[in-house]
Amino acid sequence: MLKLRINGQLRAVTSAPDTPLAYVLRDEFKLKGTKIGCGLEQCGACTVLADDEAVQSCATPAAVFEGRAITTIEGLSQTPEGKRVQQAFVAQRAAQCGYCTAGLVVAVTSLLRTQGAFDRATAQTALRGHLCRCGSHPRVLAAAEAAQKGDG
Amino acid sequence: MSLTVYPFVRDWLRVAQGRLVLRTGKVDIGQRISTALMRIAAEELSLPIDRIDVAPVRTGDSPDEGITSGSNSIQQTGQAQRLACATARGAALLRAAEGFGVDVAALDLAEGLVRHRGSNKQISVLDLLSELADDLKVDPEAPSRALNTALGDAPPRGLRAMVEGTFAYLHDLERPGMLHARIVRPPVLDAVLIDIDPDPLHRAQAAGLQIIRDGSFLAVAGTPEWAVVRGAEKLSAACNWDIGTGLETGDVFEVMAERDAERLTVVNGFPETSLRLPEPIETPDFEATFKRPYTLHGALAPSAALAEFKAGQLEILTHSQGIYPLRDSIADSLAMAPEDVVVEHAPGSGCYGHNAADDVAFETALIARALPDRPVLLKYTRADEHAREPVGPAMAVSVRASLDDEGEVAALWMEARGDTFRGRPRAGPNRAGAARLAANRARDADIPRFVPEPNMNRHAGLHRNLDPIYAFADKRLVKALVPDLPLRSSALRCLGATANILALESMMDSLAGRAGADPISYRQRHLEDRRAAAVLDRLQDMLKRPPFLGEGAGRGIAYAQYKNAMTRVGVAVDLTVQECGAVRLDHVRLAADAGRVVDADGLRAQLEGGVLQGASWALHEEVHWGPSGRETLDWDSYPVLRFDEVPKITIEVIGGGDAPSVGAGEASPPPTVAAIANGIFAATGLRLYRLPLNADAIMTAALQE
Repeated sequence: MLKLRINGQLRAVTSAPDTPLAYVLRDEFKLKGTKIGCGLEQCGACTVLADDEAVQSCATPAAVFEGRAITTIEGLSQTPEGKRVQQAFVAQRAAQCGYCTAGLVVAVTSLLRTQGAFDRATAQTALRGHLCRCGSHPRVLAAAEAAQKGDG
Repeated sequence: MSLTVYPFVRDWLRVAQGRLVLRTGKVDIGQRISTALMRIAAEELSLPIDRIDVAPVRTGDSPDEGITSGSNSIQQTGQAQRLACATARGAALLRAAEGFGVDVAALDLAEGLVRHRGSNKQISVLDLLSELADDLKVDPEAPSRALNTALGDAPPRGLRAMVEGTFAYLHDLERPGMLHARIVRPPVLDAVLIDIDPDPLHRAQAAGLQIIRDGSFLAVAGTPEWAVVRGAEKLSAACNWDIGTGLETGDVFEVMAERDAERLTVVNGFPETSLRLPEPIETPDFEATFKRPYTLHGALAPSAALAEFKAGQLEILTHSQGIYPLRDSIADSLAMAPEDVVVEHAPGSGCYGHNAADDVAFETALIARALPDRPVLLKYTRADEHAREPVGPAMAVSVRASLDDEGEVAALWMEARGDTFRGRPRAGPNRAGAARLAANRARDADIPRFVPEPNMNRHAGLHRNLDPIYAFADKRLVKALVPDLPLRSSALRCLGATANILALESMMDSLAGRAGADPISYRQRHLEDRRAAAVLDRLQDMLKRPPFLGEGAGRGIAYAQYKNAMTRVGVAVDLTVQECGAVRLDHVRLAADAGRVVDADGLRAQLEGGVLQGASWALHEEVHWGPSGRETLDWDSYPVLRFDEVPKITIEVIGGGDAPSVGAGEASPPPTVAAIANGIFAATGLRLYRLPLNADAIMTAALQE
């Protein structure tokens, strides 16, 4: 049986083997913070951390993530970096409808963990795979910058 | 106005369990109207914002305020709420004065408490409000309190939950026994389902999936969600459809130019049936036609709804912008009494107008009715949404202008042409509500086909912002509705204002250049509105630094006042046309006047978001289709603005003082689109007439020079 490490816990997966990770997270484990926006890994709403890497999860079968530490937005809320990024998003009011937001929080946290210091252009490139239709981008970039400086 | 139908204070606010509960018919679609209402109530009643809730928006319970659209919420529900709260405050203070046996003038109201100066008497304003008479009427003259700037830091409703991933969208809801559902999408709306290959059908049923069919409407329901997704895909491959003649192809602008149109003269923003059509200008000094293609709403979350059919009653959760019109349209479609259909709003992602929300709500109702006593959560797939949502119509705006000796506009003829923006299900003749729900075109239901009629309201539909804000002496304006163009169309944020402002502001830009005038002062020469002049003065101040004049760089200016009555916006876009032809936005500066500001940060967020959505429309967005349906079915084939294209944005809001608060949600996209077109002209000398202004369009125009 497939076992996945999700938010620090090793969990047995009973979903059909071809089920994409996002559906396993949402439907089997009721972790609904991971959003599905396209089912094609084109929009970034389903972004989670695999180890510290930001990955999209709505089309890749869960089994591909065996052996990696999956962290969802719910798990990130328990970590210092995750909280810092979330606080920066709140301070910058970096959401409108909010559907893209959780994926962006995950991606910015990954950036923080993997890049340390980064500039706006780096963040812009790193977030290229994330779509936002309301136009919250400038605030997200400001939040990324603030979180990086530690003054979220 | 909302108050004529709902005249009582208790229609708008009540006290429950020690909290103030605001009631509204307008729904929060990410534009923060609920936050704005809470701020208004907090201001008027001096209540801490965390003691205020907004009631669920639900038919039979909430005030019927029609559709949440047109940037009207702050004026309609916002103004009603302000007056209701102000009336309630006056009544509460009177009651406190009576109770204390003192004069009202000796009372202070702060932080939710009414205190008597000179004694220790005090009482909670919520206690007072809970005792207000049921028949207390809202006083339309109730005086508003001065702005309470201390509210500035309250975060928008739901923001914390959004960043933590705990904000419950409709898509995330669970109910005991709930089934997931997907539709099996026909290639085009009118396709007829001839047959389904029996083997895959039986396999799906054997796997426990429910197959729901009503005529050519086909859907799959079951659990878990992924099994339903896969089941619908497999069933789709097993379906044999007849698409008839399919969608009409060819250049939609040529088609609409040749086709008979219903043409109406527009005067002061109103189409007039009794007036003769104006003569076009015979020998214009400026003549051009500007085109905007079909555009998606492209909500980030494909539409969804949750419904249950129980004891003859349908209960539906939807992210529709109009719960009452949708309820009536669904009741009509299913021959049910409106009271037996309860529609409640639940958050979806941003919608930017009439997307597939209403269609999905009805389709969920169809599935739920076939599977009584089981909650059903239907979600569209990304391809369903891209393929089925009613698109913003393609529009062509022709302008002809003649100039006086000073190079100023003496006469303008202008025609806005295209299909309808009015696709929302809403009751009307010939069962217009039911006729506008997509599934009714597939069902075995005898519902006449919807025939659009021109929207005769002020600055509506195709003629939104057709009437220039400029004081041209001779204005000859025509609205030309061309029904039945290939794609089903409906309301998209800003309606006709986007194409009309693109046309007008491109013209003003060209004419300023021809007159050798600065684009801002040239516009000001034609403006009589002092607040417009002030907005442009502010924009001028923001542009103290000259534009960067590197290779391919340019600055474009545009001005618009949404519906000539709402937020005034001046935009300057500094951009660079790169060697490959693609535009890079460098810096967007925007000055705006929205009257009295309720939620300063919310206002800026709307303006800023509008700039970026406008930029996305301007640079990227266009729907493509063939005879057997739309071809832009994902985010690769339908590109939108991405993070690495986001410019620096500077926004300055000038004080509207006590001028009434006006909507801002649609004020910034149209002038942004026009300013980008003008920036490209400044950078390259190329005047582009058709959106999107992408690398292909620019290279093609350059080659034709």
